[in-house]
Amino acid sequence: METIKNLELTPGLLDYIAQWKDKPGNLIMILHKAQEEYGFIPRNVAFKLAEVLDVPLAKIYGVITFYHYFKLEKRGKNIIAVCMGTACYLKGGEDIIKELETILGVGLNDMTPDGKFSVEAVRCLGCCGLAPVMSINGTVYGKLLKSQLPEILSKY
Amino acid sequence: MQAKTIKAKINDKNVRVPAGLSILDAAKQAHIRIPTLCKHPDLPATAACGLCIVKIKGSKKLLRSCCTTLEDGMEIITHDPEIVEVRKTVLELILSNHPNDCLQCGRSYYCELQKLTADFAIQEELFEKVIKNKTKDISTKSIVLEPAKCIKCGRCVEVCQQIQDVWALGFLGRGIHMRIAPAGDLETANINLADSPCVRCGQCSAHCPTGAIFEYDQTESTWAKLRDENNYCVAQIAPAVRVAIGESFGYPIGTNLTKKLYAVLRRLGFKAVFDTNFGADVTIIEEATEFVQRFVHKKGPLPLITSCCPSWVDFMEKYIHGAIEFFSSCKSPHEMVGALAKTYFAEKNKIDPKRIFVVSIMPCTAKKFEIIRSKEMFSSGQQDVDLSLTTRELARMIRQAGIDFKNLPDEEPDHILGDYAGGGTIFGTTGGVMEAALRTAYNMITQENLKNVEIDMVRGLQGVKEGTINIKGTQVKVAVAHGLGNVGYVMNKVLEAKKNGQDMPYHFIEVMACSGGCVAGGGQPYGVTDDLRIKRAQGLYQDDRDQKVRCCHDNPYIQKLYDEFLGKPLSEKSHHLLHTSYIARKSYLK
Repeated sequence: METIKNLELTPGLLDYIAQWKDKPGNLIMILHKAQEEYGFIPRNVAFKLAEVLDVPLAKIYGVITFYHYFKLEKRGKNIIAVCMGTACYLKGGEDIIKELETILGVGLNDMTPDGKFSVEAVRCLGCCGLAPVMSINGTVYGKLLKSQLPEILSKY
Repeated sequence: MQAKTIKAKINDKNVRVPAGLSILDAAKQAHIRIPTLCKHPDLPATAACGLCIVKIKGSKKLLRSCCTTLEDGMEIITHDPEIVEVRKTVLELILSNHPNDCLQCGRSYYCELQKLTADFAIQEELFEKVIKNKTKDISTKSIVLEPAKCIKCGRCVEVCQQIQDVWALGFLGRGIHMRIAPAGDLETANINLADSPCVRCGQCSAHCPTGAIFEYDQTESTWAKLRDENNYCVAQIAPAVRVAIGESFGYPIGTNLTKKLYAVLRRLGFKAVFDTNFGADVTIIEEATEFVQRFVHKKGPLPLITSCCPSWVDFMEKYIHGAIEFFSSCKSPHEMVGALAKTYFAEKNKIDPKRIFVVSIMPCTAKKFEIIRSKEMFSSGQQDVDLSLTTRELARMIRQAGIDFKNLPDEEPDHILGDYAGGGTIFGTTGGVMEAALRTAYNMITQENLKNVEIDMVRGLQGVKEGTINIKGTQVKVAVAHGLGNVGYVMNKVLEAKKNGQDMPYHFIEVMACSGGCVAGGGQPYGVTDDLRIKRAQGLYQDDRDQKVRCCHDNPYIQKLYDEFLGKPLSEKSHHLLHTSYIARKSYLK
């Protein structure tokens, strides 16, 4: 449950709050934006949002711990999402995760010490024909072979 | 107006019930008990546990009766072999996430899950056990969270968020990882309940069906103090305890057992037994004087807001900083008795106050925190009240001591801090403090007593009661709220008027944190419902009627206390011993 130093809500988030504050469903939309801005929901950002939106902190934590999408800890600069949906799993998704662990030295839901990469498992990325699949910051790599990983990672 | 009724069949028997009832409640009216672990009469249905399933004739589907409305002409089956089997499986699944340590659990014997497990004769484990969240949270020293014992029924979350509007507890995570917690994890981030806005009202513990939320038990520490001959242990009982303790010993609900309590406390080893009702009488003298000062002599802001309820004080300090100036500076009655025990009583009986150990028996878990909440709670030079037990803990001690409670003789209290007026005893129910204060304020303003001292408009279970009392031509506008969720309506009006410089909507406000007031406090015997709240309150109103002296200012022992010791109400001595101050507090510093 990390905080960030010298917290100021980013201009992007403030704009978004102004736009959404009085609409129904505002909390989840604003939390999405916050995660986009900071990469996770820092605890002091949650405090600030509770105050600005007049929502109990317990409600915010109920939401951000319910959805896997929201992260409570800082993540790497680059997010590696390895698909563990049925097709990818059968085609060796787990081996990809193991190989990443060998190369990067960190396992699932962890961040490399230099802060460059985080590794996460996701359910179906929606392109089962390309199994096994992973994505880095949204760019999809399909029909993956373990041997391709060093070259792909070197691009980031 | 006649409520609309409908006709339906439950288990082939014709029933006629008011329209709009859930099948669960309609069945209850037809004397059929459908088991449930999540639905509580105080709370809306959440369909969490899955035990209350029933069938509609002709359909194979199983419906949750707690959240299905009975409709005209419906034919319901509440029990058949299939339903019983499904219920048993649901229980087995719940048990697969529940520890088996019933023998070491404080809730044993009173546990709703344990009782159902016995009813269904579950004797083996069919599913693999998965126990999560094993860390206990004792940070509040008032209530203990044991998430491992939680069955995720959601009652505590519902009562904390919706009824009390406190939002200390919530659900974190989902599925098998879901757990009750404040906003932030104990195990990973060391966020505990004391960090949260918890006001320690204990309503979560009173509504929990299992031992997942339990009072911070101090029976053992009490025995240790009683064992040491150097201690001069004294006890006092709160108003609401006397009409609730009987439920633990087979008495009808609402039976007033004041005199048996005096007797039992002496047998437990207390050297003197006082009554918090006496402290309530003192509170009224001080608070009514405060009111008259502000109302008649314009010295201080109005409305005056009562301060006897520690959860309410805590709530105000955390949430309604703009109301601090309106609060009565009076300590709560048991704190007054504590301070007087270690000064007035000690001096009169030549006992070293350092030896006196004051134990309060309270319907309340928040009192465990109140006794150390600020430096004013140490006004006698010592901690004024040393320990606060709930009604449930006292019942446990009585059983541990092997005392045959029902056959005890009646006894009297120790007179100097024990005799009370009717006004003091009704402190235990919503509206009681207001009623007692108005009786005395009326006298202070007009020099005569009310002809009819019973003020009906402040009585009863309506969440907010508003009214005007005529004090010889002067109209006093009052409001009474109970259940912290009802406070917003009253306080928003006050804060709005303050902001706009308008006339205040009220002159005097009473708030009690728990619905129904202390009679349904978080430390009272289990199983509270509105019916029970009413019966316990009736016990107190009867106690009031039974007293020769109805108004606190007419209590001769109060007059003696002021003559011999305090001087006048709001005197310097009173201020030092009987009054306190408030600060704005922040929650979640981490």
